[in-house]
Amino acid sequence: MAAACERLIPADESSGAAAAGAADYIDGLLGAFRFDPPHVWAGGPFSGRAGGEASFSDFTPLDPMDELAWRTRIEGSRGRVEREWNGPVTGLQERYEDGIAALGADFAGLGSADQDARLDAVPEFRSLLYEHACEAMYGPPEYGGNRHLAGWRSIGFEGDVQPRGWSDDEVSEP
Amino acid sequence: MNPSSHDADAVIVGSGPGGATAADVLTAAGWSVIVLEKGRNHLLDLEPPYELKGDFSNDEIKFTRRHFLGPDPLLEPRAFRRSDADGDHLLLGEVNNLPSGVGGGAVHADAKMPRFRELDFRLLSERGPIDGADLDDWPLDYAELEPCYAEAERLVGVAGEAGVNPYESWRSGPYPMAPGPDMYGAILSAEAATRMGYHPYRAPTGINTTDYDGRPSCNNCGFCGQYGCPIHAKGDAVASLRRALRSGRCEIRPRAMATEVVLDEAGRRARAVRYLDAVGDGHEVTAAHVVLAGGAFETPRLLLRGGIANSSGLVGRYLMFHFQTYVAASFPFSLHPNRGRTVTHHHDDFVAPNAEDLAAARQAGLPWFSGGTVEHGGGTGPITEALNCPPGPLHKELMRSSMLRDRLWVFTMQGEDMPQAVNRVDLHPSARDVHGLPAGRVTYSPHRHEIAASAYWGPKLEAIHIEAGASWTATTTSPPTDRDSAGAMGWAPVSRHVMGTCRMGTDPRTSVVDAHGRFHDVENMICADSSVFVTSSGYNPTLTIVALAIRASRALAGIQPERRAG
Ligand SMILES: Cc1cc2nc3c(=O)[nH]c(=O)nc-3n(C[C@H](O)[C@H](O)[C@H](O)COP(=O)(O)OP(=O)(O)OC[C@H]3O[C@@H](n4cnc5c(N)ncnc54)[C@H](O)[C@@H]3O)c2cc1C
Ligand code: SF4
Repeated sequence: MAAACERLIPADESSGAAAAGAADYIDGLLGAFRFDPPHVWAGGPFSGRAGGEASFSDFTPLDPMDELAWRTRIEGSRGRVEREWNGPVTGLQERYEDGIAALGADFAGLGSADQDARLDAVPEFRSLLYEHACEAMYGPPEYGGNRHLAGWRSIGFEGDVQPRGWSDDEVSEP
Repeated sequence: MNPSSHDADAVIVGSGPGGATAADVLTAAGWSVIVLEKGRNHLLDLEPPYELKGDFSNDEIKFTRRHFLGPDPLLEPRAFRRSDADGDHLLLGEVNNLPSGVGGGAVHADAKMPRFRELDFRLLSERGPIDGADLDDWPLDYAELEPCYAEAERLVGVAGEAGVNPYESWRSGPYPMAPGPDMYGAILSAEAATRMGYHPYRAPTGINTTDYDGRPSCNNCGFCGQYGCPIHAKGDAVASLRRALRSGRCEIRPRAMATEVVLDEAGRRARAVRYLDAVGDGHEVTAAHVVLAGGAFETPRLLLRGGIANSSGLVGRYLMFHFQTYVAASFPFSLHPNRGRTVTHHHDDFVAPNAEDLAAARQAGLPWFSGGTVEHGGGTGPITEALNCPPGPLHKELMRSSMLRDRLWVFTMQGEDMPQAVNRVDLHPSARDVHGLPAGRVTYSPHRHEIAASAYWGPKLEAIHIEAGASWTATTTSPPTDRDSAGAMGWAPVSRHVMGTCRMGTDPRTSVVDAHGRFHDVENMICADSSVFVTSSGYNPTLTIVALAIRASRALAGIQPERRAG
């Protein structure tokens, strides 16, 4: 998984998706319900990086409706009627199992052209992986990606700034 | 009021700007209200002392990728098609979702709150008909609404600068707060627009620029449009909901999905609203009055499901969005649009077409056309930017140079959308939400007015960017103008300005509610959301929603209206 993400967001002079923890991010999403509260929505209001008490790591509890939606999205409906109000849903876990199997156990050892060919052969999985690689790379690190803020640092993005915010001059000056 | 025979004097469906305002006005008039809100509560404690919650954060994953503010499209899918020719639907899932939760869509709006113009209320008389458009005048005028606009600005807390925009209508007083700091990109674009003869001004925004209503001033964090405010500097709808709660006469029930308005035996009065709670159990709230404020998509969905208030056959029809023209430009230097309130300036020159503009309209085969207010803004997050950059070896380089975020500035024209009876919200024949209720469906195609206006003003906006020093510009629209391509923004309109589905008017045969939002068919029920709009204007709708909700709620409570002359 890390190798496939790295192929989509490769390192140059700065880290790529693998070093930024894309695999941990995806693992965190697919395994969100291993935690209590589940790791779906980080807490608020502040991360502590710009002052205030750090609370992003205290994930937001889900209510029964949220849990139904997220279990269905991640685990799939798996034939359970209470998850099939609009028909069967294939969960992210199954999409990843199938996608990784299609890329092949030897994927990490292949050359770039072969890796690209394998990814191109599964376009839907490739776009899912890319979405998650982008979230991992440039989202808050509490979700498991953006390790040591590698993603934000590599593009000069300051990330979350509450409660410090920006001064009026910082807003209006070049 | 005597609430003894009812659970409350009024039950309000929806807690967005419309419902929150109704709760505020009615509790101030001494009424008891119960607010049913189908979404969750991330906004404020519902028990005294009603502290503001800390659930909002500068978190792009939570707000833009994981449906934190709802509705989750798995639980509540919506359908879209351009016309009947598309079959049951073209899209099913996430279609134009406005947040669902305590505070409604206001929670993640970046809160530009302009008033409509005097002309907007009598468009048909002033500008005349257009073939294929079901234009009409509103059954009220600006002078009647002005006191409510002024009140709305005070209730929400709007920061702005009067007397600068030559196109604004008269006002009876100043804004409650002065504008906040200008974003750097807006300084450049506003100066360029001024050089080209346009009239940019500091956008009125429902965001604190000083301590107001016991909430702090905005600190320009930049995670504004699409995000809840971590420090609660946005006034809408929290200010109204908190005041209503503090009256001791308001109860808010989150995760309460209203499923049915129950009428009396004669079918002329509402006596209760039924709802499903978080675990799907059914309840009934009885009330002397009912206020519907579920938004212009959900209100008709609720009415159509029960087949009520629809003797005109017009519930759900005349659906309007603003036709959005996005003109993006990349600059050779950083504009840091991640600092500030997403949009700090507008210009309105295109809502008032001049002789040259009208000649262009005639060339396009239209008697006239009108554009919309133009927002000068920026502020995409890096995940959104990354998804617009290609994967592969160039990805990191493109992200570092950031022409799609840090160097990007965007004009958004909120183009006036013609009302058309064929554009509508109705019930999908087979798709269901988690409660087993028919999913709502949008059937919508723009009128050629919108397409011609966008094609005419888009290049003028590109020219302003070039004057400001842009390296390149690109224009796209939502919905697309080409029927054969989904374009960059997808088939369905992405505008979250949804209007018109329970049109206001004096004649019960051609409208659904009267000039005070009261349903012609159900005498103790009003509509307090943008369903009642007769035309869309070219302005962001929320201040007008709040002003109309004040007026409708006051009339319901029997409070005499004020009227001021300009
Ligand atoms: C990112 C973004 C930016 C925006 N920026 C602006 C802006 O700058 N200026 C502006 O004017 N507008 C803006 N808007 C639009 C603005 O949010 C809406 O105009 C406004 O929220 C509409 O108010 P409303 O009360 O009519 O409906 P809503 O805000 O949609 O509130 C309706 C509420 O009712 C609830 N509800 C619906 N049906 C039921 C039911 N059956 N039972 C119980 N509850 C129900 C919903 O869950 C929802 O919470 C923006 C929107 C978005 C998404
Ligand atoms: S920019 Fe201001 S109003 Fe917007 S979220 Fe940040 S602090 Fe709140």
